[in-house]
Amino acid sequence: MSLRGTACIVGAFEHPTRKADDRSVAQLHADVAWGALQDAGLAKDDIDGYFCAGDAPGMGPVNMADYLGLEKLRHADSTDFGGSSYLAHVAHAAAAIAAGRCNVALITLAGRPRAEAMATGTAPRSWGVNVPDDPFEIPMGRTVAGAYGLCAMRHMHEFGTTSEQLAWIKVAASHHAFHNPNAMLKKKVTVEDVVNSPLVADPLHRLDCCVISDGGGALIVTRPEIAKTLKRPLISVRGTGEMIKHQAGGTIDLTYSGARASGAAAFAEAGVTPADIRYASIYDSFTITVLIQLEDLGFCEKGRGGAFVADGNLISGVGRLAFNTDGGGLCNNHPANRGGMTKIIEAVRQLRGEAHPAVQVPDLTLALAHGTGGLLGTRHGSATLILERL
Amino acid sequence: MSENAPGIIKDRDLPAPAIDPTNKPFWDAAREGRLMVGFCHDTDRHFFYPRGSSPFTLSPNVSLVEAKGTGTIYSFSIMRVATPYAIAYVELDEGPRILTNIVDCPLDSIRIGQKVKVVFKPTTAEGAPVPMFAPV
Repeated sequence: MSLRGTACIVGAFEHPTRKADDRSVAQLHADVAWGALQDAGLAKDDIDGYFCAGDAPGMGPVNMADYLGLEKLRHADSTDFGGSSYLAHVAHAAAAIAAGRCNVALITLAGRPRAEAMATGTAPRSWGVNVPDDPFEIPMGRTVAGAYGLCAMRHMHEFGTTSEQLAWIKVAASHHAFHNPNAMLKKKVTVEDVVNSPLVADPLHRLDCCVISDGGGALIVTRPEIAKTLKRPLISVRGTGEMIKHQAGGTIDLTYSGARASGAAAFAEAGVTPADIRYASIYDSFTITVLIQLEDLGFCEKGRGGAFVADGNLISGVGRLAFNTDGGGLCNNHPANRGGMTKIIEAVRQLRGEAHPAVQVPDLTLALAHGTGGLLGTRHGSATLILERL
Repeated sequence: MSENAPGIIKDRDLPAPAIDPTNKPFWDAAREGRLMVGFCHDTDRHFFYPRGSSPFTLSPNVSLVEAKGTGTIYSFSIMRVATPYAIAYVELDEGPRILTNIVDCPLDSIRIGQKVKVVFKPTTAEGAPVPMFAPV
């Protein structure tokens, strides 16, 4: 069954905080849930489906439904594949709505790694207990930054991609963040600024990395019949795709991501092609993440991402493809070390015409949002959404 | 921790691998200085990390076999932390690409395609040694 047209995003809210010294994780979830409900014009007891991922405390939907006071739940889903989970949640919400399992779905993300002074990218980190790969990788010093450095190094080796080309991705994000008063890094940077910043995990520099920030976001997804009774523009789910990519017994190829499959599925379901997309929210944990995903999604040929992103091609109003016009994870916000939620929210803003006027893509009817959760260099979950303003 | 020559990557404290009933034979062999890999009898292919079923077929028709311990660097990255180190994927001559470190050489000498051989490095708390690789 196709999910095309089965659900609409009617509420979207991004927490304005970037350092939540005075808010617990659960309270941040509650803050964003309230914000999304206000945006949609709905009330708590309209919610009968709830979606959250590994950032939600405890037993996910169980503890959070209690905290949020959700009393009408008929459906819950705690699919977690890291930062891209929320893109999958939109698809799962659409499927649940189409199957009659719920009418109004709430999706929340929140966290406070910055207030907790978490060594997010440069310290070895496990995602749980009894994780089978950990004994083979934690002693090796597997880090987030290192896992992406491995991909960048191989991409440069095979395709001649340069640090200057990667830097253009940060430059574009910074040109957008310049207009976002909530962004952590509001200053426009140059290619030279990026390549002259200290190396973190060769060949990635400090400015190739996303920010570490607190906060979160939430979405309300509902069936079109209900969406039409609300006052917000109709943002319809048109295409969806998911893929888990991993080491495959040791045959891993670091030059591509799960976007190759999740993107193809989403485009097929939507009945459109990359040529139809003028705005894309692209997961940007690091500059290399963006480059590899753009290739895999079909915006350019494999190996040609460096040339595609160079010379401002991702800057709104300048290049072929406006990306992450809120400044993205690279400059604005990467709440809970998970960038998927904010990717969807900025795509919704663009489709509603509510992005900052300086970065708004005119007359936009289609947008893509895509995420990679986990580690590009070991194992990750990819999820792609194509959204349409009806 | 062993002493290193000037200019050579410094050894660092390595956390001990967590042993479980399935991975224990691999780590027992590591204590004997042998690098083991999984072998799938259904497809005649080696795999890594080892486990009790084939990642190619899910069949339990697998063995733990000794690898030659030689390979080439598929990719690497230098972690620029207080004691810098080189994380890498090494492609074993048997085929699998394994996540490891390049050690016992200058950091700036590491190249993709370089031939390397296994060297076991001790871990803390008398944990099993872990397989890392040095240029041949």
